[in-house]
Amino acid sequence: MLLSVFMLALRSVQRNMLRSFLTILGIVIGVSAVITMVTLGHGATQAIKTQISSLGTNLLMVRPGQRGFGGGGGGGVPQFTEADAAAIAAQIGGVAAVAPQGNTNVTVVGNGRNWATGVTGSSNDWFLTGNWKLATGRIFDLDEQRAGAAVCVIGETVRREIYGGTTGTTGLGEALRVKQFSCNVIGILAAKGQGGMGDQDDVVVLPLHTLQRRVTGSRKVGTLLVSMEDGSDSTPLKASLRQLLRERRKLADSDDDNFNIFDTQQLAETLSSTTQVLTTLLGAVAAVSLLVGGIGIMNIMLVSVTERTREIGLRLAVGALESEVLMQFLIEAVVLSAMGGLIGVIIATAASYALSGAMGVPYAFDPSINLLSLIFSAAIGVVFGYFPARRAAQMDPIEALRHE
Amino acid sequence: MSTSDNNSPLISLRGVSKRYGAGSVALMALKGIDLDIVAGEFVAIMGPSGSGKSTAMNILGCLDTPTSGQYLFKGAHVEALSRDQRARLRRRYLGFVFQGFNLLARTSAQENVELPLLYRGDSASVRSAAAAKALQAVGLSGWEHHTPAELSGGQQQRVAIARAIVTEPAVVLADEPTGNLDTQRSHEIMGLLLALNRDHGITVLMVTHEPDMAAYARRMVHFIDGGIASDMPNPHVVMGPPANMTVAESI
Repeated sequence: MLLSVFMLALRSVQRNMLRSFLTILGIVIGVSAVITMVTLGHGATQAIKTQISSLGTNLLMVRPGQRGFGGGGGGGVPQFTEADAAAIAAQIGGVAAVAPQGNTNVTVVGNGRNWATGVTGSSNDWFLTGNWKLATGRIFDLDEQRAGAAVCVIGETVRREIYGGTTGTTGLGEALRVKQFSCNVIGILAAKGQGGMGDQDDVVVLPLHTLQRRVTGSRKVGTLLVSMEDGSDSTPLKASLRQLLRERRKLADSDDDNFNIFDTQQLAETLSSTTQVLTTLLGAVAAVSLLVGGIGIMNIMLVSVTERTREIGLRLAVGALESEVLMQFLIEAVVLSAMGGLIGVIIATAASYALSGAMGVPYAFDPSINLLSLIFSAAIGVVFGYFPARRAAQMDPIEALRHE
Repeated sequence: MSTSDNNSPLISLRGVSKRYGAGSVALMALKGIDLDIVAGEFVAIMGPSGSGKSTAMNILGCLDTPTSGQYLFKGAHVEALSRDQRARLRRRYLGFVFQGFNLLARTSAQENVELPLLYRGDSASVRSAAAAKALQAVGLSGWEHHTPAELSGGQQQRVAIARAIVTEPAVVLADEPTGNLDTQRSHEIMGLLLALNRDHGITVLMVTHEPDMAAYARRMVHFIDGGIASDMPNPHVVMGPPANMTVAESI
């Protein structure tokens, strides 16, 4: 019985193709809008998380200056020293590694080619704090670090631009000229890929002393990278770090900090919660259009019930029960709305795939939102189809048969 | 009032009244009628409009309930049944033929005939076989896949008759079945109803205005002013013009 009622509903939908299509248009738009919004939102959240975790997990970046990303240390603000890094490693619990980092931009030359890139000077801890892996070769040994030897580890972008050839290998053991001196490439970093934070693979890493003595000529350290042990709470750690640095930089109680601590984990949480709020908001706006689509279905079902009054009268006369007529129209409404939902899912998949490509966020297919939208659209059919269906079921067969 | 027959009647109305509206605007459509019909009868119900014949047909067809009085169908008190119980009774024992055919548009003859079986929960193969048989009985073999728009008025009414008999009902109620047809088609339809009554033993109750059509019935009941004015056997029963014999034979 249910199957034949279902077939009946399909038939009736098929008989009025254009009208059925217009009826479900609201649902189609609603469902595809909700799913596209949520999918893109999830993609954006995922992209932000990936980018931040590629900076290093559980990473604190300490910079001179009061705030902001580009702290860098303008006029008069004291820079850090290697001793600061040693003191943090020695005195603060829960710290996995501390890497003092100096940066400069130079043009490197090798294999007959030039490439303008960022040069970083640091200790071996730098590879730890930044989640770097080696594609080939090795990192610095202790003597090289202490003596400031002429060795370097290069990122994939630099390797490709200077040496070309096979990814991750060509260039190992070659000479690379950085400013006035030539260094030996002892390692090549595994690529991290392009992220929103710029090309992280465009880097040449030297031992800190090499950078200080041969490139910048200064003993200062621009940034301290502090990575926390897994699972440690960043709040107390940041508090003791701040206290230690205030003491070492001899700040009075009344002075403001002349450095800032940037917490990647916290940033990740803040950014992803912001995108999630936006996603929810956009999804809610789109859900309103679903509701409007439901009202459209109710409207057309009411028209359809009125139009088919004689048919309903006939069905009742030949012995259809109230519940059977109710079911017929209810299923018709559900078939309409579920079809709208299905088409909406298909459109949303195509749209979010295309849009995520255009917006440069990963395509994050979320089965739960697709399933939820389908179920929700079918539920809309039940809710908004019930009233017209009940009206049909409760008709008086005599009056219905007489209806013109 | 009652036919002199030893069998207990299939249908028995006792003091059946129907009132529409209430208070000063109330209208008594039926004023306490008594009527017995035994299985196998062919009854023509006649009378001017407003005489209560349509109201009586609605009550006899279990589409409506009397305001007062008793309606016994096969000994069951119809006046006490619920809406759904009456629907079950209709789907089991009654078939309807209407003046306006009431076929579903854009639906094949086959599917139109299958409609009542749908509500009995019959399987598709059972429905299809029964519908083919019913269409054959009304002489429409080969027209199964035509929609009403592709059929003449007479053919449409024959599809409607096939729909009425597909459930093998005890009673067929025909409400002015020839009202929308020309004379020749009307006689065809009447011949068909006559054959159903004669050869299949289906009780036929027919409302009609036309004495020519009523002449096919063996009993005539005249309604006037909500009461039965006369109820008598038809002295000149038409046995069906020869033209209809082909239809009758095909049954």
